[in-house]
Amino acid sequence: MRKRLVVIGNGMAPGRALERLFEAAPDAYDVTIFNAEPRVNYDRIMLSPVLSGEKSYEDIIIHDDAWYTSNNVRLLQGKRVTEIDREAKRVTAADGTTADYDKLIIATGSNPFIIPVPGHQLPGVLAYRDLDDVEKMLHGAKTGGRAVVIGGGLLGLEAAAGLKMQGMDVTVLHIMPTLMERQLDPSAGYLLEKAVEDRGIEVICKANTKEILGVDKVEGVKLDDGRIIDATMVVMAVGIRPSVQLAKDAGLTVNRGIVVDDGMRTSDPDIYAVGECVEHDGMVYGLVAPLYEMAAVLADRLVEGAREYKGSQTSTKLKVTGIDLFSAGDFAEADDREEIVLRDAASGVYKRLVLKDNKILGVVLYGDTADGAWYFQMMKDGADIGELRDTLIFGQAFAGASPLDPTAAVAALPADAEICGCNGVCKGRIETAITDKNLKNVDDVRTHTKASASCGSCTGLVEQLLKLTLGDAYNPAGVAAMCKCTDLGHSDVRRLIVAKGLKSIPAVMQELQWKTANGCAKCRPALNYYLVADWPGEYVDDEQSRFINERVHANIQKDGTYSVVPRMWGGVTSSDELRAIADVVDKYEIPTVKVTGGQRIDMLGVKKEDLPAVWADLGKAGFVSGHAYAKGLRTVKTCVGSDWCRFGTQDSTGLGIKLERFLWGAWTPAKVKLAVSGCPRNCAEATCKDIGVVCVDSGYEIHFAGAAGLDIKGTEILCSVPTEAEAIEYIAALTQMYREQGHYLERIYKWAKRIGYDTVRNQIVHDAEKRQGYFERFQHAQKFAQDDPWAARAAKTGGHATEFTPLAEIGTAFPKPEMMEPAE
Amino acid sequence: MTTFIKVGKVSDIPVLGARCVKTPAGTIGVFRTADDQIFAIENRCPHKGGPLSEGIVHGTSVTCPLHNTVVSLTTGLVEGPDGGGVVTIPVEVVDGEIHLDLGRLPVREVA
Ligand code: SRM
Ligand SMILES: Cc1cc2nc3c(=O)[nH]c(=O)nc-3n(C[C@H](O)[C@H](O)[C@H](O)COP(=O)(O)OP(=O)(O)OC[C@H]3O[C@@H](n4cnc5c(N)ncnc54)[C@H](O)[C@@H]3O)c2cc1C
Ligand code: SF4
Ligand code: FES
Repeated sequence: MRKRLVVIGNGMAPGRALERLFEAAPDAYDVTIFNAEPRVNYDRIMLSPVLSGEKSYEDIIIHDDAWYTSNNVRLLQGKRVTEIDREAKRVTAADGTTADYDKLIIATGSNPFIIPVPGHQLPGVLAYRDLDDVEKMLHGAKTGGRAVVIGGGLLGLEAAAGLKMQGMDVTVLHIMPTLMERQLDPSAGYLLEKAVEDRGIEVICKANTKEILGVDKVEGVKLDDGRIIDATMVVMAVGIRPSVQLAKDAGLTVNRGIVVDDGMRTSDPDIYAVGECVEHDGMVYGLVAPLYEMAAVLADRLVEGAREYKGSQTSTKLKVTGIDLFSAGDFAEADDREEIVLRDAASGVYKRLVLKDNKILGVVLYGDTADGAWYFQMMKDGADIGELRDTLIFGQAFAGASPLDPTAAVAALPADAEICGCNGVCKGRIETAITDKNLKNVDDVRTHTKASASCGSCTGLVEQLLKLTLGDAYNPAGVAAMCKCTDLGHSDVRRLIVAKGLKSIPAVMQELQWKTANGCAKCRPALNYYLVADWPGEYVDDEQSRFINERVHANIQKDGTYSVVPRMWGGVTSSDELRAIADVVDKYEIPTVKVTGGQRIDMLGVKKEDLPAVWADLGKAGFVSGHAYAKGLRTVKTCVGSDWCRFGTQDSTGLGIKLERFLWGAWTPAKVKLAVSGCPRNCAEATCKDIGVVCVDSGYEIHFAGAAGLDIKGTEILCSVPTEAEAIEYIAALTQMYREQGHYLERIYKWAKRIGYDTVRNQIVHDAEKRQGYFERFQHAQKFAQDDPWAARAAKTGGHATEFTPLAEIGTAFPKPEMMEPAE
Repeated sequence: MTTFIKVGKVSDIPVLGARCVKTPAGTIGVFRTADDQIFAIENRCPHKGGPLSEGIVHGTSVTCPLHNTVVSLTTGLVEGPDGGGVVTIPVEVVDGEIHLDLGRLPVREVA
């Protein structure tokens, strides 16, 4: 019979230990896991990107259901162990579930510390530890207001940045004079404070919370100097305490944490402990890297190995995008220590090394953290830096061969240099994996070695290792580059724009190291779209990065004239509108008038100079631009529906008009066309549109991802909803999801195929909160999008006012009046 | 013969944009780069006559709005294997005023 292994807690530490165990001996144990959290093992350190919206829960799952099944692990979700009976070798959960063990692992992690000030139990006072906390924060953020984050350490700042990105006003209260004082010296703390304030987050240092105010829920925070800060949410991020009660009750030796030996064994030889709940050699750890080292030792011990855990040195990185900060070791000042400091105020860089006897004791890097791994490695190795001392502060590139080539720095690292701190992966292991397993890109390396799979801050180093190992065969990320101006693909560019908070085309090109001075006709329109979509109301549209059609709000024709298509809401018109069109056609001698395939009227052959006047006349008759030229909402075709048709089940015309009025003006990755049919006979051809609605007796069947242009493809069904209001909400949410994720020029059917139809359904149909989020972001963006560009142009308030007239007209009689002196 | 004629100010043209100058010999596109260099070329794409001044300007090139031919503003030559090109017109900028050498207009050379 196989031995029974029971695990209490399903966090990152035991998860890693089990992975290692199954690699070494897949059949050694029957494993049962009790987890108080009702979910699988996920990457806790990535909660901050989930809070900020940069990632979703699905993105941060470490072990999905399939992993537990294929490894025969019984995972008991939502079951908290309340008792360990060491005599009977049995654990019991709160609901009475029991499990017998041969070996037991305690991995209960930590509990967030809540300062017991008056009011700390009010609804709205949150900790920051697990997904439930994040969900509560996201929920609270929806109603806006001010969040007060108590604690200016790593967690507190990440929470503050996330809540800010969710649209809340945020104040950080920190009891010490500078932020993150445990990891940073005061200078770096000051730079950090400025950077945090630059993001619109208020920071109050030396703030001692006296009381949390409120009757039924949080209303404010009172400091001991009497100041009161209004708040709709309070997040306490003031520290953690190892979760040891269970072990204590079972009579195991416990100090601050559960005491273990070098083999991760507690005072009971059949019970091990791993993770944040552990105390080893007087130390308790709160970062993943040391826990993973423990996990490796534990896995080895479970198969009778003899590996020993000897404690860890840790380094910290703050995961607030746009703020680069690294610290490791001890940087207190003392008489026998020297320090080297580099400040570059212009570029916001601060570096400090603390040395003793020619060895690095501590490192603080702010603004430029590229050399963090290098210093950290020398610090851990206790390397003598005597020879490097003069140039040490300038980093590895300077000390190594060629300061210009970043790969040279990585090439110079020894094989046992740690690349990924979170997962303890060294350079040699990555290189071997790349050659042996024929890995091609960062994702492959992540899958096979876990390097850069956690916090991601070593992604750059992994890329350089790929470059180094594969040479020219390395194609970054294995995806097609956007264009010749960059090696990055569309997905990466989109992600980085949001992650780094890039808000202009020059900023993108600077930060993402564009290879050309101002891009090309492929990347500029794409970047302009991404910025418009990601920063509504903030980004100022760059006219010169739009194709001529979007720049002059009309479609260029083969002879250089333009076509003008006014909006005809839902394909419905009137005698007045038709008369106005007729008048315009006569007045400007427009050669061709044609009914389009999109249920409206096209005036073709308009001279560029006439456009503003044509628009002015159309505008007087109530027309707005039809965006026939736009990567944006085109038409919403409708059929006559229940108003007239004997088969019509719902008011398809009315819904089409409502949809068009709601969606018009929205910029999208590629054009978006809708149609609403009144019954399944589908006269509006809704089932080959980007988004379609087929009305039925019970409501509205929503379709998406159809195509009838270059490709022909019937739609997929999204879902059915009973009311018009829901149909509009779902469709707007879907449009927003596409706006946020689509690659420029990628129609909905291509995008949905790329990310998976079910992903779309999961987020729009099955996850009400996600849908709400998309819907609200869409509504917000529309506030800035629904301006008729024709009206603006006719009134000379939009664009380059003189766009439509020639710079000069020169008659036949040369030379003209203002001639210069002939240049010989 | 060189015949420089004033056609307008640098500030009349948007950065990374273009304006037209109409002449009896055809339209000239006058382009402004990101670093305020001014170039003038024939406003007819060598491919199918597209109005180059309506294209996207990048570096010292413009991409034709009709079928994406890239034309160099400095040499007038088409980038890439297809070959072909347009006439370039010498430009002088004095005190922010743009002068074009209309002596170089294709028609006058032919005529
Ligand atoms: C005017 C119109 C043809 C007509 O006379 O009926 C038309 C005209 C053009 N279509 Fe279209 N399409 C028109 C309906 C359609 C339809 C039918 C529909 O919308 O129900 C389709 C198939 C449905 C679809 O979009 O999938 C259609 C599929 C295309 C495509 C292929 C798109 C694809 O991804 O497969 C292009 C090419 C493109 O966008 O890259 C295109 C591109 C064009 C362009 C913009 C070509 C261009 O770049 O110059 C034409 C602009 C002419 C102009 O100046 O107005 N047009 N085009 C129709 C305008 C509808 C409107 O009221 O806005
Ligand atoms: C927001 C955030 C950001 C972070 N960022 C970083 C970072 O950038 N870098 C870094 O290195 N570290 C970071 N950390 C710390 C890191 O996440 C933790 O060190 C690590 O996850 C701890 O792993 P663990 O397995 O020991 O415990 P945990 O992951 O806490 O797992 C313990 C699990 O046990 C369960 N449990 C507890 N008691 C019982 C019981 N009696 N019965 C059953 N189940 C029980 C708990 O519900 C929990 O799921 C961060 C932490 C947070 C919260
Ligand atoms: S959708 Fe149905 S009801 Fe409406 S016109 Fe077509 S067939 Fe008639
Ligand atoms: S006309 Fe310029 S590319 Fe075809």
